[in-house]
Amino acid sequence: MADILQELETRRAAARAGGGERRVAAQHAKGKLTARERVELLLDDGSFEEFDLFVAHRAVDFGMAADRPAGDGVVTGWGTINGRMVYVFSQDFTVFGGSLSETHAQKICKIMDMAIQNGAPVIGINDSGGARIQEGVASLAGYAEVFQRNVLASGVVPQISLIMGPCAGGAVYSPAMTDFIFMVKDSSCMFVTGPDVVKTVTNEQVTAEELGGASTHTRRSSVADGAYENDVEALAETRRLFDFLPLHNRQKAPVRPFFDAPDRVEMSLDTLIPANPNQPYDMKELILKIADESDFFEIQKDFAGNIVTGFLRIEGQTVGVVANQPMVLAGCLDIDSSRKAARFVRFCDAFEVPILTLVDVPGFLPGVAQEYGGVIKHGAKLLFAYGEATVPKVTVITRKAYGGAYDVMSSKHLRGDFNYAWPTAEIAVMGAKGAVEILYRSELGDGQKIAARVKDYEARFANPFVAAERGFIDEVIMPHSTRRRVARAFASLRGKRQENPWKKHDNIPL
Amino acid sequence: MFKKILIANRGEIACRVIKTARKMGIATVAVYSDADRGALHVKLADEAVHIGPSPAAQSYLVIDRIMEAVRATGAEAVHPGYGFLSENRAFAAALEAAGVVFIGPPSKAIEAMGDKITSKKIAMAAGVSTVPGYMGLIADADEAVRIAGEVGYPVMIKASAGGGGKGMRIAWTEAEAREGFQSSKNEAAASFGDDRIFIEKFVTQPRHIEIQVLADSHGNCLYLHERECSIQRRNQKVIEEAPSPFLDEATRKAMGEQACALARAVGYTSAGTVEFIVDGNRNFYFLEMNTRLQVEHPVTELITGIDLVEQMIRVAHAEPLSFRQEDLKINGWAIESRLYAEDPYRNFLPSIGRLTRYRPPAEGPTATGIVRNDTGVFEGGEISMFYDPMIAKLCTWAPTRAAAIDEMRLALDTFEVEGIGHNLPFVGAVMDHPRFQAGTITTAFIAEEYPDGFQGAVLPGPLVLRVAAAAAAMNRVAEIRRTRISGTMDNHRRRVGDDWVVTLQAETFRVTVEADAEGSDVVFADGTRLRVASDWEPGRPLARLIVGGEALAIKTSKIPMGFRMRLRGADLKVLVQSERQHQLSGLMLQKAPPDTSKFLLCPMPGLVVKIAVSDGEEVQEGQPLATVEAMKMENILKAERRGVVKAVRVEAGASLKVDDVILEFE
Repeated sequence: MADILQELETRRAAARAGGGERRVAAQHAKGKLTARERVELLLDDGSFEEFDLFVAHRAVDFGMAADRPAGDGVVTGWGTINGRMVYVFSQDFTVFGGSLSETHAQKICKIMDMAIQNGAPVIGINDSGGARIQEGVASLAGYAEVFQRNVLASGVVPQISLIMGPCAGGAVYSPAMTDFIFMVKDSSCMFVTGPDVVKTVTNEQVTAEELGGASTHTRRSSVADGAYENDVEALAETRRLFDFLPLHNRQKAPVRPFFDAPDRVEMSLDTLIPANPNQPYDMKELILKIADESDFFEIQKDFAGNIVTGFLRIEGQTVGVVANQPMVLAGCLDIDSSRKAARFVRFCDAFEVPILTLVDVPGFLPGVAQEYGGVIKHGAKLLFAYGEATVPKVTVITRKAYGGAYDVMSSKHLRGDFNYAWPTAEIAVMGAKGAVEILYRSELGDGQKIAARVKDYEARFANPFVAAERGFIDEVIMPHSTRRRVARAFASLRGKRQENPWKKHDNIPL
Repeated sequence: MFKKILIANRGEIACRVIKTARKMGIATVAVYSDADRGALHVKLADEAVHIGPSPAAQSYLVIDRIMEAVRATGAEAVHPGYGFLSENRAFAAALEAAGVVFIGPPSKAIEAMGDKITSKKIAMAAGVSTVPGYMGLIADADEAVRIAGEVGYPVMIKASAGGGGKGMRIAWTEAEAREGFQSSKNEAAASFGDDRIFIEKFVTQPRHIEIQVLADSHGNCLYLHERECSIQRRNQKVIEEAPSPFLDEATRKAMGEQACALARAVGYTSAGTVEFIVDGNRNFYFLEMNTRLQVEHPVTELITGIDLVEQMIRVAHAEPLSFRQEDLKINGWAIESRLYAEDPYRNFLPSIGRLTRYRPPAEGPTATGIVRNDTGVFEGGEISMFYDPMIAKLCTWAPTRAAAIDEMRLALDTFEVEGIGHNLPFVGAVMDHPRFQAGTITTAFIAEEYPDGFQGAVLPGPLVLRVAAAAAAMNRVAEIRRTRISGTMDNHRRRVGDDWVVTLQAETFRVTVEADAEGSDVVFADGTRLRVASDWEPGRPLARLIVGGEALAIKTSKIPMGFRMRLRGADLKVLVQSERQHQLSGLMLQKAPPDTSKFLLCPMPGLVVKIAVSDGEEVQEGQPLATVEAMKMENILKAERRGVVKAVRVEAGASLKVDDVILEFE
């Protein structure tokens, strides 16, 4: 009997050894952890339950039959993060370079199916050379099986991808369809075609890091939502993000004990808006002063800085925040910021995360590049996302809310539940100067007259009261009481139920 | 007594004067520029009058505008504070002519002492000991270099009208004398509208000790003992104390009596300060007399119990002093830390912007002493580029010097300032410096002890242990909260472990946290056991703890796997990890920071006054590259090594932010 039990331990030990000491040492030398070490740090101590430890591939070509390591290059299973359930797969670069075989894919599919069925998020740790070439189309089929499950899981359970090594070719499309992608600086990359192919086809000289490193994807392409210094930090911060997310789409956003009074007054907010309307200020200060304990998890920090997106908590409950940032491009909406915010709003709506919108927007960015780039359709994405969202929506206009951008930013007309404005708010079709130049074109030669007209226009429209008279603004609030007002608004919306007309799905302008 | 006075100043000193006036039942009028529309002194005063645009030269320095405000409000007297018009004879004279009382000395006394050359002559005549130097005015840089050679290097080049370190340079070589003369002259013109310059011998290893005098219009003149202001940076005082740890009773008396003799010689009334340089043998030399209230007057108030502003007002109202020299005893010890919006990690360059958080320690008596904070700012207020970058003057009093230092350490650690760079960490480090604690200081203290600038304090071993214990206990509380999230699996919740690895200041400690109802014992691998008691809750920015019996206040924010902790001048990354996290962290690669050495970056927000080089030019180490003006100070940016300029990226007149590229090297 003892021998039989021992046999299990022996087999387990062999499977857990992955690609063996030499390859593990090589992985470590690159500053990368192994697949199992990553799972260990991601999950609560001792909570990991593994599936398919002994799964091995069935390929026979190219001498593969002789090398059938248990586990087949991916570690799968479930565990908990701070006691909440999560499914995990972690590709093992030390076994066949983490390449994806038919069986490797089946292991991933198994946990994804369970995640959808049982209502728990999936975290995928990617570190793979790509398709297992020896298996040919079976490997490609494996990718597609994973893709299909990414699609089905989307909007059902949160999916997070950690890119902790190479992720190239078809492999990129699985993370691409998940909700969040995080990379590790200097040791991860993502691209559809690598530097060698790029060189051959387009004659462009580029390194893997330049083509698809963390900096590229967090700053330029916006493929990734964030990047971390190393594996250990990335895993710790993923645990932090996880605490903000609901487990599935039938559950409300999580709540945890908080140590910050909901009615905390911040007198300093009364001076946040500079006297000069053209002077920027940092919208993040407002975000941090509204949030419980100033705790804010920013999404896509390094991309389209003119809009800020991320998670915070109010009274312990997760809230998604979207805020124009006057420090960058005056906080205007453009192609990039609309895309960034639209995707974030849709995530929140899909997963019952209430949305707080902080508005200081002078309009859409004008320009040939914007129009040629399709700002009409990209801007419409954000408009569409807000319009279809049925989660609690609270909006605070701090300063400018001009033109179409006013409508877009979770306005009353897009079923905003609470639309507050600070006394400094200016809700108008455009800035006074621009408006006067159109309304009084004939007087443009007369500087004095125009100045007087601008003053008139400002007096009439550069305030929140015109909108408040019509009920587009529910209440003009003091900046210092913003946290209390916002907290009470969300508290009153905990029972909100709103449904859109039945449809197969909508047709958002992609 | 006066019914209403106007304060011709801004910032903390205007607020401080308003406080005393209010106590005396006198109504107050503030004046303000555009930039100060929402300033604290405007809020505190009973009335406020706008006097012009933000630059001081168009507002606080314009006598006519102040006079208009006086007339419009019917103020009977004017307190000038320090700086601005406080030592301007024309201003005092204008007030006298208008029949308005100047709360300060007679204009003749200001005139006599306002000019450093004249004042020195008067001092010599009054039997006050003085420093050798050249008394005449200097026409140009060539003459400055010649005179400097005659007096002998090192020399001090000073603006005749200067003060507070502005328009002042020390030169050790001819090149420096030439450059220093020009920049002093420029600064003096910009700051005081008077570009006269003089040169004197620079006394090495000096202490700066000054005597506070107070004279009434009935012939009484008293000295309120000394203040030591040797902790200076670029001749700007940073830390002051009273009394001096250096003076003996005889020297104190001699200095006090000479100071009074000088005051009498010029018919002085009101509060004034006679500054001396004191060498290692307690020889003292007259430097100058400041015919105004000094920035550092609170330390004198704390050890004498005299409200100097009240006395100035009473003297101005022609009341006789109500106490005599023998009534003025030294009671305990007081220290002042000047909190500046200057980034110590960037060579103390000015930092401007919004105070996103400003929470000074509570003022008043503590269990062991007194805390006083004179300030002119508030949370949400702006540190503007137009004026002096001082945020506050934090003072502590205790029966002894050591106790006053302890009091200051805790007060500094509980002082929260965010949004701008500031020198709190530096002042905190000085308080912990053994040489400061021993009192063996000179005006070269900062230059000698921090020759390469300030990179943050390194905590001593026992304190590191306490911080480690605090972090471990705090982390446990934070981790337990994380497990109390909704949606956990019943019966399979995460159990937070007791064993942690704490890493800070490149040291690693394995600890076990034994928690009970009141707090926790943190047990170190070597058996050391430290009790941690605290009411800290996760997310609170200031943690007050008792660790191993010692009170600690730590500014805390969350970072991945630990905390950023700031205390005693140190800014620490404290990691609290599980054994496994710690182990695996050891496998992570250490990455080198990006190379910025190929660029000259703007070290502070400011205006480019001059670009001294052009594209393709070869520069030598130490050669001036550009001049950036911020907070009225001209900062010459020099080449750190030899190189060739590849491209100048900005032009003179450009307004730059921190780290904007000025030029690029090949």
